[in-house]
Amino acid sequence: MDLTQLKQSTSAAQKKYHIRCCTVGGCLSANSAAVKEQLKTAIAASNLTDQVQVSGVGCMGLCSQGPLVRVETENATEVLYRQVQPEQSAAIVSSLTQSPHPEPVDLKTQPTDSPFFTRQHRIVLENSGRIDPEKIEEYIAASGYEALHHCLREMSSAEVVDEITRSGLRGRGGAGYPTGLKWATVAKMPPGQKYVVCNADEGDPGAYMDRSVLESDPHRVLEGLEIAAYAVGANQGYIYVRGEYPLAINHLQTAIRQAKRHGLLGSQIFDSPFDFRVDLRIGAGAFVCGEETALMASIEGKRGIPRPRPPYPAESGLWGRPTLINNVETYANIAPIIRKGADWFASIGTEQSKGTKVFSLTGKVKNAGLIEVPMGISLKEIVEGMGQGAPDGAQVKAVQTGGPSGGCIPADAFDTSVDYESLKALGSIMGSGGMIVMDEHTHMVDVAQFFMQFCMDESCGKCIPCRAGTVQLYQLLTKFKEHRATPADLEQLEMLCDVVQHTSLCGLGQSAPNPVLSTLRYFRDEYLVAMVEKT
Amino acid sequence: MSVKTLTIDNQLISAREGETVLETARNANIGIPTLCHLEGLSTVGACRLCLVEVEGVSKLLPACVTVVQEGMMIQTHTERLQHYRRMIVELLLAEGNHVCAVCVSNGNCELQDLAVEMGIDHVDLTYQFPDRKVDISHARFGIDHNRCVLCTRCIRVCDEVEGAHTWDMAGRGHTAHVISDLNQPWGEASSCTSCGKCVNACPTGALFHRGSTVGEMQHEREQLSFIMTARQQQQWVR
Repeated sequence: MDLTQLKQSTSAAQKKYHIRCCTVGGCLSANSAAVKEQLKTAIAASNLTDQVQVSGVGCMGLCSQGPLVRVETENATEVLYRQVQPEQSAAIVSSLTQSPHPEPVDLKTQPTDSPFFTRQHRIVLENSGRIDPEKIEEYIAASGYEALHHCLREMSSAEVVDEITRSGLRGRGGAGYPTGLKWATVAKMPPGQKYVVCNADEGDPGAYMDRSVLESDPHRVLEGLEIAAYAVGANQGYIYVRGEYPLAINHLQTAIRQAKRHGLLGSQIFDSPFDFRVDLRIGAGAFVCGEETALMASIEGKRGIPRPRPPYPAESGLWGRPTLINNVETYANIAPIIRKGADWFASIGTEQSKGTKVFSLTGKVKNAGLIEVPMGISLKEIVEGMGQGAPDGAQVKAVQTGGPSGGCIPADAFDTSVDYESLKALGSIMGSGGMIVMDEHTHMVDVAQFFMQFCMDESCGKCIPCRAGTVQLYQLLTKFKEHRATPADLEQLEMLCDVVQHTSLCGLGQSAPNPVLSTLRYFRDEYLVAMVEKT
Repeated sequence: MSVKTLTIDNQLISAREGETVLETARNANIGIPTLCHLEGLSTVGACRLCLVEVEGVSKLLPACVTVVQEGMMIQTHTERLQHYRRMIVELLLAEGNHVCAVCVSNGNCELQDLAVEMGIDHVDLTYQFPDRKVDISHARFGIDHNRCVLCTRCIRVCDEVEGAHTWDMAGRGHTAHVISDLNQPWGEASSCTSCGKCVNACPTGALFHRGSTVGEMQHEREQLSFIMTARQQQQWVR
């Protein structure tokens, strides 16, 4: 089917008013499904069904203020309501018909001109909170599958790889490996069976970027995956989603079913010789399965444990075949790059880090939620500008980026630009996008102990340094936490960090000591205090 | 077959293409300590004892899976590597319940040999004293999980050589342990052929012949090397 035909067949009439209710993630947990139902009931009761459209949409970003409801009137003015309760639905609906629209007193509105919204640059999240993730029609109306059409009809696979390389996109899973280079490596492997894999096994505590993308705009990931498959010569894809994300799985299944029905998956897509099939694989709750070799073992039906690299997946991946494996957010960037061009993408961000990055801003911060910011923005702007600092007037002390593999960045280094190299220089990493804010009431030893416990529990047990080393480290940190530590313990802690970091098999073990090392680097006095207080 | 030349511990050495650093080093009588590695089985790179320094590579590489390349400059016994190896052995000793004085494999144990080689006369780390089980439900063999170092040799030899795949791993992290069949007592594991290869492959006294007492357990590695030679070189020689 042609794209224009597809667009015509899927376009729907617009109504005068559009009420969008977030029905994913945190808002759903805050009872937004009932809000949506009540809105529908209220509209039917006021005989406004032909004028008002209510749709459940994806994440609008300010998750700490959910449920969020966005009302769009005929002159494109928007009002964003926060913390909406189901019983307030009638008030929202009645506010529509009164002119000028009065601000209902019992409803809380959220100004959208605050830095939290204005400092964002939404590429990955451009459709989040705008379209209904369960309707392929809305994705197509928002220029969806145009990039795939363009690739299949107008571009050779080498040109697609070249475009991604020129864009400067780097892996959004955390390590920042150049995406174009990875694609080129797989593309250059001899023809034959190849695979593309989407890593959606997001597991860092406090991070939910990938979950939100999959719940809010699953077709975008699917389109990126298909373009990747075309570029490297694969005909089979796997999306590995963690089992803890039932809604993301549900939306992906819906998206795959819809894409198949519209001929966007399967044989001869857009009348080209390109065939592509995609299957979901559901994780069973192991953090280590986010590591690519463990993830592939899990897809193959084996125990999800990492193996030494090389050989890298690009050379020998799933069932020994060349395999391209990228993160959800990386794939979500592909369609816009093809649509708007590599130069457009490369104009955003810094010299080494192009484009934007989605962060989940959580912890001791007023405006907690999901943000997409251009690379190179300072941590200060994110934490103090967008996040509005810590609640109750407390001082922000540090942020943790990169989850258990990352590190703490102290407040006096907040002028640092957010890019792969700068964060690494501070002893942390970009990571997949978790950003946990800590205030003066947070003890850094507790933070280190928490992350070490996480790594200890999630270690697969294959290699000794990670399996036994994290246990020893956890016990040492517990000693500090309970003010039982001696100077010899501090020495042993640092020595073991070095051993675990340099001898572990996979990234989990190699990065497990990072939270300890970075808190020791910036907050060593807290460890020392934990010792002297011993009686 | 082409030949590669490389330098190991400042010694110029030639190696067959496709050989691992470990094989090359051992052919040149350079001993690199190993634990999970067993000649003839697949390599897993899990014990991390064979880590070596390669010039130009920032990470330490496991010699058992790293394939030789022309011009490699390898160091196998730097002070740093020896320190790491010692720590890994200490971690192992602290992790399980390794009491040589009452062990069937006393004097015939690779973990013990490693500890002696590293000069470990005491362990600084905290002993974990885990509560682990002993399974003597099998008629001829027993498994004492207290002495298991999770090298997975038994799993691999059973799967790759015997073809039974009786053994596997369950749990994760510090609770990971070896299981027979679907986590049944070994004696009830119907896939077990009682061949004894796992017992002979075990580096410690975790797998043993029933009836043997302290220091009596012998690992008949010849049984395995005979089969490996037969399989790989079609030579039936003892």
